[in-house]
This record gives sequence, structure tokens and C-alpha cells, in this order.
Amino acid sequence: MLAKRIIPCLDIRDGQTVKGINFENIRNVGDPVELGAEYSRQGADELVYLDITASHEKRKLFSDLVKRIAQNLNIPFTVGGGINEMSDAERLLAAGADKISINSAAVRNPQLIDQIAKGFGSQFVVVAIDAKFEDGKWTVFLNGGRIPTDKELFSWAKEAQDRGCGEILFTSMNHDGVKQGFACEALSQLSLSLNIPVIASGGAGNMDHFVDVFTKGNADAGLAASIFHFKEIAIPDLKNYLHKHNIPVRLS
Amino acid sequence: MHVAIIKYNAGNIMSVEFALKRLGVECEVTDDFEKIKSADKVIFPGVGEAETTMRFLKNAKLDLLIKDLTQPVLGICLGLQLMCSYSEEGDTPCLGIFQEKVLRFEPKLKVPHMGWNTITELKSPLLYGLSEASYVYFVHSFYAQVGEHTIAKTNYINDFSAALNYKNFYATQFHPEKSSDVGLSILKNFVERVV
Repeated sequence: MLAKRIIPCLDIRDGQTVKGINFENIRNVGDPVELGAEYSRQGADELVYLDITASHEKRKLFSDLVKRIAQNLNIPFTVGGGINEMSDAERLLAAGADKISINSAAVRNPQLIDQIAKGFGSQFVVVAIDAKFEDGKWTVFLNGGRIPTDKELFSWAKEAQDRGCGEILFTSMNHDGVKQGFACEALSQLSLSLNIPVIASGGAGNMDHFVDVFTKGNADAGLAASIFHFKEIAIPDLKNYLHKHNIPVRLS
Repeated sequence: MHVAIIKYNAGNIMSVEFALKRLGVECEVTDDFEKIKSADKVIFPGVGEAETTMRFLKNAKLDLLIKDLTQPVLGICLGLQLMCSYSEEGDTPCLGIFQEKVLRFEPKLKVPHMGWNTITELKSPLLYGLSEASYVYFVHSFYAQVGEHTIAKTNYINDFSAALNYKNFYATQFHPEKSSDVGLSILKNFVERVV
């Protein structure tokens, strides 16, 4: 049976893994390659590396890092951050990334999804959506949650799917960093309305939150950062816990 | 031991090379016919679309080269599908090494089939030492039917061939290079046990 995936997310700035709360107050948590390899040994199913480096010059550093990750990691990994055009996707594919995630650039230029999917396959394209629930609707935000758009979560996700993306990574800005659980209701609606996998992000604080995200939230994968980085939850414990709750997971 | 990884217009071939290097196996990504023919083992990787890839292989005459190889060959993902007789993707006649056909998943569940799934009914030195229901990593929207060359099965929407073998030709639908320790064991078996 297809397993539900557990995905640690590593935010990278200037070649180091960092973690902020609500997109702010960033702290350094270690070497990305070593941390990734350690997560893989512990049973992580996949990794996401997000480049949050602001400057253009340092993007080259990230490609070099992606190559080192590819050389050392034996599970799939997605890279995101700063992908604005086809050539960025190409550069990261050439560095050995299995998938790329695009966020703001896809909103600004939805054609980019079609182009990358056509060029490298749907499996290569993850569309990441940061959305916030306010005034009765889920509004899509850009630039790490700073700029609101006129797009709405469900219709944008559907459009991204129709344009050829292979997965949706949905982060609820209301839930991110506050550790009170995932946005299960919205996730479930999203997952059931799409026929591509949905990765849930934002809100993991304990193991029951993961049980909920796979049962009530109908997510295909659960992503989290700080609870793994700060060792609040160990991946083997989490996998055993999910297994006990009859959720199919890969146990090593 | 020298392994040739066939270079063509497919995505992410490097990850196979990196995995072999982690095992300490000497390997080279190449489209040089002589190097491919003289290698001890050959890997035919693949991510992409069947019709355009088959056309590319034909134009480069790699189709004939692959069929005529006599050393152990391992096809991966699209590599497996192209080694079958036919693919529904683009209505494409393929290499015909395996008589099994490649069909599109009925979208009763999410497609692509993406993530970790189990392989069962294992029967081949390629899969030596693995437990039944080991997890491996898949990403695909088309599948090879179960047939007489099936050496491992997986179920998603329906049963399909997770791995195939006929004579010196082996293939996996999943990505051993991305399948953690289980995947490394399979690559190691291919290098050390398959003759």
C-alpha cells in the first residue's frame, strides 16, 4: 500500500539550515547535507530544501549545495526558493534535484508551470502555496507570506494541477509555527478536489497532529521543520505512532 | 567491474551515478557505443515521456544497441517501460525485450503513483536479501502489466510489474537510486550477483 510520507523541511540561508517562526526570528540549526543524511537514516521519506537567501549572487552557492545533497542523499528531495524561470529549473535539475517547488513565480507567471512540466515532466514540478484564512476565504500570499494576491487557494491549486504540476505543497499561514495542528479542514477539501498528491505544511506540534493530517486532512504527505530540527519529535517514534494508528507508513 | 550508464535525453541520470559511487562502483555516464558495449554492466535509466524518448533512441540508434547487449542490463522507471513491447503513452511501439505492455493507470486514485510502496512476490537474484513488502520509491503514471517476466509486484489501483527480468535484461519501475538502503541493496545485487 502506498505509504503516507513524512517530509522534514530545511530552510537554507547562506548554505546553513535555519528555522524561523511565522517566517520571522530566524535561528541557525546546522549543516544541510549532514542534517538531511541524518533525517534519511531516521526514516524520513523525502526532504524539502528551501533557499531563503535574499541575494542573487548567493544562488550559485545553493546550486553547489544541491549537488552535494544529490551526491549524499539516497531518498528523493525537492528544492525551492528563487526559481523564476526555466533556466533556474534547468540549473537545479542539472545539479541533481528530483523536484523543484515554485511559489511566487508561478503566481506571477502561471505559464512557468506548463513550461517546466512540459520540459522535465510533471513529477519534477511542485507548486507551493502559502495561504491565509481571513474574511471567510483562503487568500494566496507571495514572497514568504508578505504580499497578498487576488488568488484563492482552491482555484489556484486546481489551475496549477491543470497546468501540469505534479504535487501541491500547501502551507497555512494561520497554522505555521504555532504548533496547534495542521489546517485539516482546508487540506481535506483541497486533497479531495485534486487528483495529484497534497503535501500539508504548517502547524505540526505533536504526533497526533500527524494522525489528524492523514485521517481528517486526507493529506498524502506531512511536512514539518522545527519539531524535527529541535528534536521535539523523533521520526522513528512518529512513524511507529502512525503505524499504531493504522496509517500506512514506511518503517525501516 | 565497470558500469556504463546510458546517456540520452532523460532527466536526472546523475542520481544513478551518485548512488553507484556511494557503493564504490566504478561507473560512467556515456553515449559512446563502444564504451557501452564493452562495459561489464549497463544501466538504462529514465525519466521522461515514452514517445519522444523512443524517437530519440531510434534516431541515435541506441534502440538497436540496447537490444543487442549481452551483459546484464538494468532499466529504471521509463527504462523499464521502454524495454516492454508497447506503451499506451503516445501509442508507442517500444523495444520489445519484455512482452508485457505498458498501460495508463485508471485515475481511481491520484496519478502519478508517487511515493513509497511495497514490492511483493520477489523472485530474482536482483532482489536477493530483501524482505517481502520492502518499501521502494515510485513516480509514474503508466505501468507494465504483470506477466511471465514479472519478478516483483506492486499494487496501486491494480497489480503491476514492479520489476521484470528476461535473460540478461532486468528492470525496475521504482527508483533504486532513491529508495534508501533497500534501493542500494538492489543496485549492489545488480553489480555483484546478477550475471
